[in-house]
Formats: sequence, structure tokens, C-alpha cells
Amino acid sequence: MKAPALEFHRPDTVQAALAILAEGDGAARVLAGGQSLVPMLNLRVAFAETLVDIGAIQELAAIEDAGNHVRLGASVSHARIEDGQTGDYFGGMLGHVAGNIAYRAIRNRGTIGGSLAHADPAADWPVAMIALGANVEIAGSNGSRKLPVDEFMVDVFTTALQEDEILTAICIPKASPKLRWSFQKMRKKAGAFGEAIAAAVHDPESGLCRVVAGSSAIGGPQRFTLLETALQDGDVDDDAIRDAVTRTIGSLGRYETQIHTVCLRRAIEEVRT
Amino acid sequence: MTTLSLTVNGRQVSTEIDPRLNLADFLRERLSLKGTHLGCEHGACGACTVLMDGMPIRSCITMAASCDGVEITTVEGYDDNKLMSRLRRAFREEHALQCGYCTPGMLATAYDIVSRLDRADENEIRAALAGCVCRCTGYRGIVRAIERCIAEKNA
Repeated sequence: MKAPALEFHRPDTVQAALAILAEGDGAARVLAGGQSLVPMLNLRVAFAETLVDIGAIQELAAIEDAGNHVRLGASVSHARIEDGQTGDYFGGMLGHVAGNIAYRAIRNRGTIGGSLAHADPAADWPVAMIALGANVEIAGSNGSRKLPVDEFMVDVFTTALQEDEILTAICIPKASPKLRWSFQKMRKKAGAFGEAIAAAVHDPESGLCRVVAGSSAIGGPQRFTLLETALQDGDVDDDAIRDAVTRTIGSLGRYETQIHTVCLRRAIEEVRT
Repeated sequence: MTTLSLTVNGRQVSTEIDPRLNLADFLRERLSLKGTHLGCEHGACGACTVLMDGMPIRSCITMAASCDGVEITTVEGYDDNKLMSRLRRAFREEHALQCGYCTPGMLATAYDIVSRLDRADENEIRAALAGCVCRCTGYRGIVRAIERCIAEKNA
């Protein structure tokens, strides 16, 4: 299948991109790396009368060490993060997450901003960014705003972005060298989306302590606050995790409950040992 | 229509294109470079993999209009590139192809694996190849060809 007829713009500033989006009146979509949007256009499950390709906007490809946080432009590719261009303030976590997304050919084009804005419930970045307490920067015709990633991710394929807004950057607070993290992804084939994903993060210096899971089965990233205290001090066994899964998500099939429980347990154990 | 200027296999191309065109169709239909093969057309099979600025990408899920200013290398354009010559020889000698449909994508992917990795065991090579589907060889020959080129690189 091929994408249907559409208009195409490739502006070189955020301002110009915002102007085209505003004119599009809801039928214009931002194209980042296109590794989800283009196949969805080809398969006719996503629609756009106008594509606004942000790939020529240089500032969106910048990686900036901004003191207490690292600021990644929205169109920084997974491959650049995998290759360590972000600097390592997260004990190798960013490179690990990036390097296990799809295949290298996809990682060369796909972007962290695109992944967050697309909001596939099985995507890795939403889980990892919520775990690290990251924020997104959003530009709109009425100015810019900042949101924590857990507020940005609203639902399956749904974010807090308005039709005339663009996600411009992701700011990740630097962790201390004491950061311990684990990122677990259950899948049957290398390169596939995770059937269950879990991240656990504990930084005793900054106090950051988060347990997050994500998948299509649970409808996208979810924080497991019930397990966050256990991560810091308590004992936690499979029954407690299974109970937390049921209380956080509601009832799932036995298989789904089991794989999410196992992913969460592995993540928590790895951080605690 | 939208304007596109890029370099393909060392040749400068400037033309008007239908904005919905993907890079694979642009290469095949507009430039008659039929060595880039289309399998699934949604980024899952890897047959259409080409090099963009030296890095492998899927040409079926890359809009041609997004390629302004880039340099594309297809299977027709490797010429006497040293690593690609070694890979072609290794593919031939290790029986790494049968029908040849996946081979352009396999070569682009293999080129990237051998360039980036100084060492890789069979499992790592298989994981790095997971985005390329071959329905003939069972991958053994492809993995051997890549192992051999990594070993030659370190010799």
C-alpha cells in the first residue's frame, strides 16, 4: 500500500511549522522520523491531508547538557542515543533503551520526540521517560509550555498535544552516580515491540524512585506507586506484584498478568541487588 | 508537486515529485534503480534497506520528500567500495543468497553491522539481522558471511 495523496511541507523553523499546522485546521500532522506514521499512512490506518516534516529544523536535533538536566531535541534519533551522544548521566539506561528499539535501520530514522508524541501504548520511551521523571517542552502558536511526561501521555495514541502544537524537546533531570535502574522488555523476537515492558529506577541521592510498566495490553505506560515504596525498603514477592498489577490495571488475562508481573519483579530485583 | 534535490549513487538529482511518493518508489520508478526491492512496504521485512548518508534506513517508510539534501547509496552504487566487495565475495562463497530478493537489504544491513561492530558473536549478529527477512537460506550463510568479514576486519 502507498500513502494517499497529501500535501508536504518541510519548514526549517519551529515558527514556520506551527504556522502550517495552524492553517491545516486539524488535518495537518507532524512528521518526525516517520517510522510509525509512514507505515500507518501506507496501510491507511492514519490520515493526514498535510504532512509537516520537522526533519529540517536544526534546533530540534540538538543535544544539550543544560546543567541539572539533559535536553534532547525532539528529533534526536534512537541511534544517536544508542551511540551515547547524550553523554552518560543515567548509568547507561538511555543507550540500553534506545538500542533495544526495533532495528538499527529504524533507529536511524525514528526519534524520541516522535515516539512520545505518537504514544503507541507498547512504546519504550514513554515508560523510560516517566521512570526518569522527564519533562517535555511543547511549542504552540500561543507560546510554549512544559509538562511532565506522565501528564503528557494521556491514553492510547493520545497525548496532551493540541492540533497546533509541536513537541520540541525532552528534558531529563540528571541522575546521580548512585542511580540504579532496570529496563525489562518481554518479547518473542528481537526487534519486536514488547508484550510487556517494566522500568524500575532508584536514585538514593535525588530521591527519585519509580516503577513503571507499559504495553498494549495495559493501554500504555502506568506508574506502580504501590511498588515504589517496596522498591526502596520493603520486601516484595510475586503475590504482592500480581496484586499491584490487578489493583493498578484492573483485571487482565492470566498470560498478561503473568508477563507484567515477571517483568516488574525482574526490574525491582535488579535495582535492589 | 514538491521539489527534491539529493545525491543518489554519487549522481546529483533534482526533480519535482508527488509528495506522497516513498523513497523506494522514487528510486525504482523515477530513477529506474530496480535493485532496491519492496517486500512488505511497512518497514517489517528489510528488503528495501538502503544507505542514507552511510546509515541503513528503510526506503519504503521514508518519504522521498524528506530526503532533500541527503546522499543515498543503493545496491547499484557500491562500486568498488572495499568492505562491500568483501561482503559480496563472502555472500557468494558462504551461499548467503538463493533467490536474491532480500540481498540488497541484507548487504546494506551487513555493511552497517561490520562497520559498527568490532566483534560480534553469532547471537549478536542474528539480533542485528532480525529486521531483515530471508525466506530461502535460513540465515546460516548470511551470518557466516558477516562473521567472516568482521574477522577479516580485525586481521
